[in-house]
Amino acid sequence: MFDSSVIPLELLKIIMAKHNSGTAISVNGLKKSFGENPVIWDLNLELEWGKFLALFGTNGSGKTTLLKILASQIEADSGQIIISGYDQAKNARAIRRNIGVVGHQHYLYDDLTCAENLQFYGRLYNLNQISERISSVLSRVDLEQYSGRKVRSLSHGMQKRLALGRAILHEPAILLLDEPEGGLDERSLGILHDISSEWTSRNRSIVMTTHNHDLGNRWSDKVGILSNGILRTD
Amino acid sequence: MNSIIQTLLIIIWKDILLEIRSKDTIISVLVFGALLAIVFNFALNINPRQISEIAAGIIWVSFAFSAILIMNRTFVKEQEQGSLEGLLLSPISRDVIFLSKVLVSFVFMITIEAILLPLFAAMLNINNFSWILLATMVLTTLGFATVGTLFSFMAVKTRSREIMLPVLFFPIILPVIIGAIEASKGSFGIGYEPSWNRWLPLIAIFDALFLAICPWIFSYLVKE
Repeated sequence: MFDSSVIPLELLKIIMAKHNSGTAISVNGLKKSFGENPVIWDLNLELEWGKFLALFGTNGSGKTTLLKILASQIEADSGQIIISGYDQAKNARAIRRNIGVVGHQHYLYDDLTCAENLQFYGRLYNLNQISERISSVLSRVDLEQYSGRKVRSLSHGMQKRLALGRAILHEPAILLLDEPEGGLDERSLGILHDISSEWTSRNRSIVMTTHNHDLGNRWSDKVGILSNGILRTD
Repeated sequence: MNSIIQTLLIIIWKDILLEIRSKDTIISVLVFGALLAIVFNFALNINPRQISEIAAGIIWVSFAFSAILIMNRTFVKEQEQGSLEGLLLSPISRDVIFLSKVLVSFVFMITIEAILLPLFAAMLNINNFSWILLATMVLTTLGFATVGTLFSFMAVKTRSREIMLPVLFFPIILPVIIGAIEASKGSFGIGYEPSWNRWLPLIAIFDALFLAICPWIFSYLVKE
């Protein structure tokens, strides 16, 4: 598959290691406490490429904390996290390039327009053909006609859709979605479902936390329940 | 190196564009600075002989308070809107994020100072400017921006951020303020020995120290 005569041996080893890493996300012995309150206790997780994991759990069970740790927004107390073949402790920046995150907040600038927000993030990710990508993303989240509108003038649902657009702009290998269905109408849920289906069909992976068991069970290939800091998967 | 400069410019462009649209920092700080100039002018009733002694102090205390107002806003909006998390999620170095914020604060502060200085000059009857004052302004403002950006990030995570920032900022920046006042005295004053060659290097050393340490502390802090 790879010609070792044109690729340096060390680089070839790295490419082969990443290609054969097998899993999109691998977490071992993860622990996280806030003060004296343990939130995640000895958590293990394996997610294969092309799979959709839905995470359920009561409020305060650690779903958001787990997603934030995977996204390198919060540092774990201990444990090993490998995402897209990268060890988070050593290469968090490479992981951040490979993930797209939709959180509780939209991570957008209220006084910039939809297109300006995407342009800003596109430039930070050093993307090529940004204008074309922005048009394509705005069309996928059905906000093409709002391209020049400031974020503050959009409805909550539209802002959520734009947040999804921001998360997929750089075509990440893994999407981390924290209760993305909140505040979305049926049409917006359809857009979210279409994008997630397309993502897994392209052998990319998704982790989504949700309180909606029906939606989580229908959309996912695998479910996990976080309870008392321990994750149980099917 | 090119990509670092490019990223710095992207973040600076975004912050300046946001300020041009909202105008909520520059305008309020300018009004505050102008009010300080008026209050000092009436409160102290300075005669020409006293100018050389206290003008530099008045100006630098006013600039430092104006800087505090600017820095109070450095991370507040992004924190409130959640866009700070978005910035930290992008694959750019934390050092670059920090330096971009320092440069944005520097641009805002030096703009405010450039507008307020003629006002102070008119109120205090100062008509003696030199390149030393310009160099003092640039170096001191860089120190304000560097330390202020770090403490602004620390303060924005606390509940009493408006109080926390000056409490953290002034003790650390005091040597720079003293240096700026002493270096500027020779610029405004009559009968003052020029002492900039002692004070400007001191401010420059503090700046270099802050620029080396603060990005490292910031990188540590953003890990939560």
